[in-house]
Formats: sequence, structure tokens, C-alpha cells
Amino acid sequence: MRTETADQASDRCRRLATLVRKETWQILRDPSSILIAFVLPLILLFLFGFAVSLDANKTRVGLVVESKTPMTEDLAASFRASRYFSVADAYDRRSFEQDLVLGRIRGIIVITPTFVRDSVGRFGPQIQLIVDGSDPNTANFVQNYVQSTVSNWAAQRSTELATPSPAIRIEPRFWFNQELTSRDFLVPGAIAIVMTLVGTLLTSLVIAREWERGTMEAVMATPVTAAELLAGKIFPYFVLGMASMTLCVLVAVLLFRVPFRGSIFSLYLLSAAFLIPALGQGLLISAATKNQFLASQLALITGFLPSFLLSGFLFEIRSMPLPIQWLTTILPARHLIPSLLTVFLAGDLWPMFLRSIAFMLTVGAILFALAARNVSKRIG
Amino acid sequence: MDTFVRLTDIVKRFGHAPAALDTVSGSIRGGQITGLVGPDGAGKTTLIRLMTGLMLPDSGTVHVLDLDSRQNPAGIQASIGYMPQRFGLYEDLSVQENLNLYADLRGLPKEDRQAVFHELLTFTDLSRFAGRLAGKLSGGMKQKLGLACALLRKPRLLLLDEPSVGVDPISRRDLWKMVEDLAKQGVSVVWSTAYLDEAEACDCVFLLNQGKLLFTGAPADLTDRIKGRVFKLSGVEGRRRLILAKALDRPNVIDGVLQGEAIRLVMRAEEADGAPLEVASLGGKNAKLMITPPRFEDAFVDLLGGGPSGHSKLAESTKMRKAGDAGAVIEAKDLTKRFGDFTAAKDITFSIPRGEIFGLLGPNGAGKSTTFKMLCGLLKPTGGAGRVAGFDLRRDVAEARNRLGYMAQKFSLYGDLSVSQNLQFFAGVYGLRGDYRRERIALVSEIFSFAPYLEMSAKDLPLGLKQRLALACAVMHEPEALFLDEPTSGVDPITRREFWSHINGLVEKGVTVLVTTHFMDEAEYCDRISLIYRGQSIALGSPDELKARVASVDNSDPTMEDAFIALIKQQDQASLA
Repeated sequence: MRTETADQASDRCRRLATLVRKETWQILRDPSSILIAFVLPLILLFLFGFAVSLDANKTRVGLVVESKTPMTEDLAASFRASRYFSVADAYDRRSFEQDLVLGRIRGIIVITPTFVRDSVGRFGPQIQLIVDGSDPNTANFVQNYVQSTVSNWAAQRSTELATPSPAIRIEPRFWFNQELTSRDFLVPGAIAIVMTLVGTLLTSLVIAREWERGTMEAVMATPVTAAELLAGKIFPYFVLGMASMTLCVLVAVLLFRVPFRGSIFSLYLLSAAFLIPALGQGLLISAATKNQFLASQLALITGFLPSFLLSGFLFEIRSMPLPIQWLTTILPARHLIPSLLTVFLAGDLWPMFLRSIAFMLTVGAILFALAARNVSKRIG
Repeated sequence: MDTFVRLTDIVKRFGHAPAALDTVSGSIRGGQITGLVGPDGAGKTTLIRLMTGLMLPDSGTVHVLDLDSRQNPAGIQASIGYMPQRFGLYEDLSVQENLNLYADLRGLPKEDRQAVFHELLTFTDLSRFAGRLAGKLSGGMKQKLGLACALLRKPRLLLLDEPSVGVDPISRRDLWKMVEDLAKQGVSVVWSTAYLDEAEACDCVFLLNQGKLLFTGAPADLTDRIKGRVFKLSGVEGRRRLILAKALDRPNVIDGVLQGEAIRLVMRAEEADGAPLEVASLGGKNAKLMITPPRFEDAFVDLLGGGPSGHSKLAESTKMRKAGDAGAVIEAKDLTKRFGDFTAAKDITFSIPRGEIFGLLGPNGAGKSTTFKMLCGLLKPTGGAGRVAGFDLRRDVAEARNRLGYMAQKFSLYGDLSVSQNLQFFAGVYGLRGDYRRERIALVSEIFSFAPYLEMSAKDLPLGLKQRLALACAVMHEPEALFLDEPTSGVDPITRREFWSHINGLVEKGVTVLVTTHFMDEAEYCDRISLIYRGQSIALGSPDELKARVASVDNSDPTMEDAFIALIKQQDQASLA
């Protein structure tokens, strides 16, 4: 009796090993899987590393100095000198209104006649800023940069004049990404997207392809079990996903000089935990559709796009409508991205990591359970 | 004892469609080849899947090797070999890697492998190709590899789902020989097929049609039912298609097809004795009517209650094209097509006069469809010239296309449009306007009895109706030349006869037809055929001429398939020399 079970176990191992080997050969010989796992991620990274920038470098603004004094001129000069702004001058704010409406400038900075008086008053120096509220993202940037320019100017001036600085002063300080270069948070975010591509899109395609080519049916008519079939797909694509992630991290750190302050161990642990739900989703999709076209569409819509739009990678979750915010909480990518950013920009923060890992594994377990229910050895 | 598979009252349905299998019972024995025979959609694949345990019946039971498919599918799967349609091979793995994979999955002991691989590679003659990727094999070689993978662990039951589709006739014969050897060793072989000539070679058949089991038993038991009622009318004078149509109108004739120059007729059971003489008179003074051995197809049609009438309302409503002008309607001169370094068609030359049916016969991938597509202006030839109705295909493609009707291989209509929308669309595409358009649409709707289906999506039609709709769309504009690409592949014999009675009628009205087929029988409906093999035309002539060319002492009355195989072998020898 005992030898028989040992035989069965060795049979199972052998079948699993052969399925993994077969899958690996197919990956290596199929240019499209290499394309999705290595070329596409690089394109994405370069896109986010070079082409997309959320920084307000040289934002065009209008500057109106309503009454000229040495003090206002000094402030105006520091706007002109700022590397964040490209400044156009006028004496009347109305001359900029049209430009703001047409989007030729992003904001109007008005240094009012009361500026000098206020600068010695209780609230400190005040200026007026008019921004286009229909583009809140840019409006926000302009506001922040104006504020920090004014503060810098005031600080500098107070040291120069050796007068005591005002009691309360706002001094923005950005932690972990002092330069506020968007590349530093876009590139780690892109790595999460890349793992979604490999884990969900590629995996959903390969099983659907086996259905389409009729190989699934032939394999199912052998003593293989459904669990072995699933495992035979998961291992190779898990490794492929990790390889793809490694490539991205190397490019991010070596080429884009994104800082890496955490440990390699936590990076791999987080990525591994993320790949579980991603693979589970891919398996579920392909088991349910059995059709490559449908599988790829579903993978894009339920995997790629939410990771892209709802994970906080590009768009701030807190500014989304409440129901959408709730929706984002079930997305594994939304839990991975903050942790991944922390690994890169801050360092290891285990309480946070463990929470997101636990969450991702839970979602993964649910998806796998659903996939396993769908991949029974039955046709029709 | 000897029963390998026992089917008891099986019912299987998919969705709301009529049952795919409706109360099928029977048993399959060891040491025999059992044919699952029937047109597409008859339920063959479903029945095979039920036997693999990958699918369960809605009611009834399947026992394979005394195991119930509901309780022990794993036990069944451990002792059967199964080759699904398209062979189940990994195309990006090599021949040897495919064998290794299936050997591992089936648990073939390591120490036996070398011997088994050697035996199977020799048996299938694939030893030379062990390192080649499966995707780069020809159809025949893929089929043999698929078989080898299914045979790795000496299955007791071997299930082959349409193994001969897309395979050249030589490979088909090789495969059949291999399977016969296996049956002799005691293996029970199940071979599903839509080719009725294959049924005759089986030890036992299950004849399926629309999910119903029409007959089970030895094929000879079925053909014996019509023994003495099948005749061959040879030496006919005049247009043999007209004579066939007249013969089919006789109440005592239940079926008839052309067979080269002769006409094959099946008489009604109770009138087989007295009728022949009267029918023979249709063929003229010198016509001879002789009893001929029945074929499985004759018996199938008899079982279905006889074929349709020979009348084609479609042809009757088509205007007569002037006969007798000498010029060719379809002409190919040295047509050549290369894809990269692969020559799909090489120096194809023929010319088809008005009112002739010309067939391109050959296995899948031989170059038939390529030649065909060049002639209807869908594919630009690499070299050579083609003309349709006098228009050069390089210069006046649009003019030429207006004069031809094209019925593509597979279903090429818009599945999501209704029947009536498809008719409207194709009438529009061919530039039919106003009253004429309404008339033609009404006419084809009436001829093909589309009325109950007009609002139904084309994709939901039964196969036979889809095929009729495709024909209707191709002939609405009364084309001079009709291009039919594998028009009756997979349809039941009644629909096929109906289809050909329309084509025969149109040809009598002066329409010229180019048809591709891999059915050997269908080739005999043609006036002349060209055998296409590996991109070249290896022989051209009337079916009777080609058969006569290979007649020998051993085989004085060769079939079309015999002729094809002999001519391919001659060609292979010539190219070796």
C-alpha cells in the first residue's frame, strides 16, 4: 500500500515537472511571450521614465505687479528667476484673463498694492493667485510652487534684513522625494503595472490558446489532474513575472537613478505576494473564456486598466468619488504600489508591508479557489 | 466480455438547441475498427468526448472498459488513447518533445521509452523528423504524430476524432493501414468521419444524423438492404445532367448522381424489378443500365428517405446564356503564387469553356484555394495571367468580379446579420437595384425556403441552411462564372445533392463553374478535373480519362482515389528521377 502511494506521488511530480518544462520551452520559443514579458515592460518604463512627467517644470504664468515698490520688484524677480515658472509680465490682470481661459497660461500671480502693508501685518505677506480650476492637477502644482517661492523669498529676505521672521511660517518640505521628481514615483508604480501584464494578461492568453489549438483536450484525456494543469502554468509564469520585475528594477535603479532605500528581500517578497492574485486572475479569466481574444480583452479591462487608473499610480485615490475609493480597496495593485514606493523611496516598513502582503495573498487565495472550480477536467 | 464501450440511452444537450445526442445506445467491441459516421453536427465529437470521460451525458450511462464515466473518469483516461481534432500537438515543440511530454503525462516507464519511441517513430515513418517542430510538419505527418502520441501507452481503446480531415489520400491510406494493424492486435479503434467512403472500410459503424443513431452494425448490413437496386447508366447520349434531372423526376428513382460519364441511380425498393428498362430509355438507344454494387452513401440516402428531386427552380429562373461561343470563360495561364520562398501554386494552366464544371481536386494545402483565389481576383499572382469572362484579372479586376459569384470555403456570410439582411447586403454589393433587386431576393427566398428563417441570425442556422444561404448570396446577380470553394464539405448527403442539382441546372443554362473539392466522389460530378498536388497540376482530364489512365490488370475499375494516389506516385517517381 505504501509503495503505491509513493508511486503516485512520484507520478504526480513527474507530470508536474514535465508540464513546467513544456511551458518553459514554449515561453522561450514564443516571441510574443518574450515581447510581453521583457520588451513591453521596457517600453512602459521608458515612457514613464522619459516621456511622462507630472512635474510643473517651466509652467507659464502671468505676473501682475499692481504697484511697484522695491519690495514687490524683489518678489517679482524671484518668480522670474524660478525654474518652475516661465513668466509673462503685465500691469493689469485683465490682460491675462483671455490667456488663462484659452489655456495659454496656467495661472495669474497678482502682487496687490496691499502686499507691502500685509508683509508687516499679522498674516504675513499675501499675494493673489488665480488658477484654472478645471484642471485641478495643474492648479495644485501652481499653487504649491507659488507658495514655496513666496516662502523662500520671505525667508531669504528676513535673513538679509536681519529682521525677526514672522511667528508662523509655512515651509513646505517634501519627504522622501525632495526634488518631487515624478519619475521617482512613476517608475516603481510602472513595475506594478508590468507585473499585472505578465501575471494576468500573458497567463490568461496561454491557457486560452491551449483551448483554441485543441491541446488542452488532448492533455486532459491523459491521467493529468486539474490541479497539476494549473500548477504547471503557475510556476513558469511566476518565474517569468519575477524575471520581468527584476529587469524593470535594474533599469529603474541603474538607468533612471531611482533611489532604492529598502531591502531586496522585501522587494521580492512584495512582488511575489502580488503575483499570486495576478496569476489567479489570469487563470480565472482563461478558464472561463477559453478564447484568446476575449481573454485578452477581459485581462486588459479587469486587470491592466484598474491597476493603471485606480491604484493610485497615476491618479490620487483620495480625490476620487467615494464609491470608487471603496472599489480601489479590493485591487491588489492599490496595496502593492504604496509598499513598493516605500521600498524604493523610504526603506523597509514592515508593519505596512505585512498588511499589504496579507491582503494580496487573501485576494489571491479567493481567485485561485474560483479558478480551480472552473478548471475541472470537463468540456462543456 | 469483448465489449469495450457500452452506451446506454445517452442524451446530451447544449443550451436550447435540439439534442446533440438523442437516446443513443450501442456497444463497441475490441479488435475492431468502429466508425462514427455522419455529417458535421451529427454528434460524432460529442460522442467521442463522452467516451473520454471529459464530458458527461445529461442522462444515460457510458461504460468504458467496464468503468462508469461518471464515477471513474480518471480510470478511463489512464487506459485510452485519444486524438482530438487537430491532433492535440504542441506546435512549438519538436516531434521528440511532443512524444516525451505525452510519455511523461501518461506515465510511460523510463526503461521502456527508447523501445517504444523507436517502434512508434518507425511505425509512423517519422524517425527522420524527430527534431522538427510539430508546427512545421505537413498535415499527414501531424496526423501520424498525433496518433503516435495517443499510442504511447498501448491503449486498449483508441479514439480518433476525424483523423482524415486535411490529409492527403496517401497519408490517409497509410493511417488506415496502421489502424488496421492495431485492431488486429486487439485494440478497439473508434474512428469518426464525415467521409462516407471510409465507413465502408470499418468493421462496424454508428451512423449518426442530427444527434440520432440511424443505424448500427456492419456497413455491409446496411448496403445489403439496397442490393440490386443500384444501377449505373452508361453510354448516355446528350447532356447527362439533363438526363439525371429527368431520371430523378421518375417516381421510382429515389437517388441519382453523376459518376464520370455515367449516371448512378438508386431505385425504389418495390419497383426495382420492372423499372430499369424504362429509365434506361432516357439515356438514348445505346445507353446501358447495369446493376452495380451499392455504396454506403447510397444506403445512407435511402435511409434518409431518398434524395431531392432533380429540379432546380433556381436554374429555371436563370436566363439562358448564349451557348456555343468558343471562347473560354475562365482561363488560367502559368498562374504562379509564391509566399516568401514557398511556392503555393506553380504554372497552373487550364481553360474552361462556357457551361462546363471544372474541378480542382487535391488535399488541403496542395494549392487549390490559392489558385482559386487568384482567379477570382482575391490574390495577386506572382506570375502568369488569369481571365474571367474575357477580363484580365490584373487590369480589370472589378469588371471580372462583377461577372463571377463566389462561395467561400467555410461560412463566409455575416453571422450577426439576419438571413434577410445578408440577402439585402449581397444584393447591394453586387449592384442590384430597385425592382430587380426585390424580385431576385424574393425569388431566392422562395427557392431556398428561407421564409421561416428570414429574421434569424445567419450564424444560428443549421449547417445545411447556411450552405444554401451562401449559395443564394453568390448567385443572386446571375453571374456568368461561379466559383465554389469546398462547397459541400461536412454537409449531409441530401443537402449536397440538392446543392448539386442547382449547380447542374445552372450549368445547363450556360453558367461556368470552377469548384475545389477534396471529396473524390464530388470530383466525378465535374466535366474535367485538375489534380493539384504540392502546388502543381499533376494531371488534367475528365474523371473517366484519369481513371482509365491508371487502370491496370490488378485494378480494372479504379476509383477516383485510386487514380489520384497512382498519379501522385507517378509524379513523385518522375521528380526523383
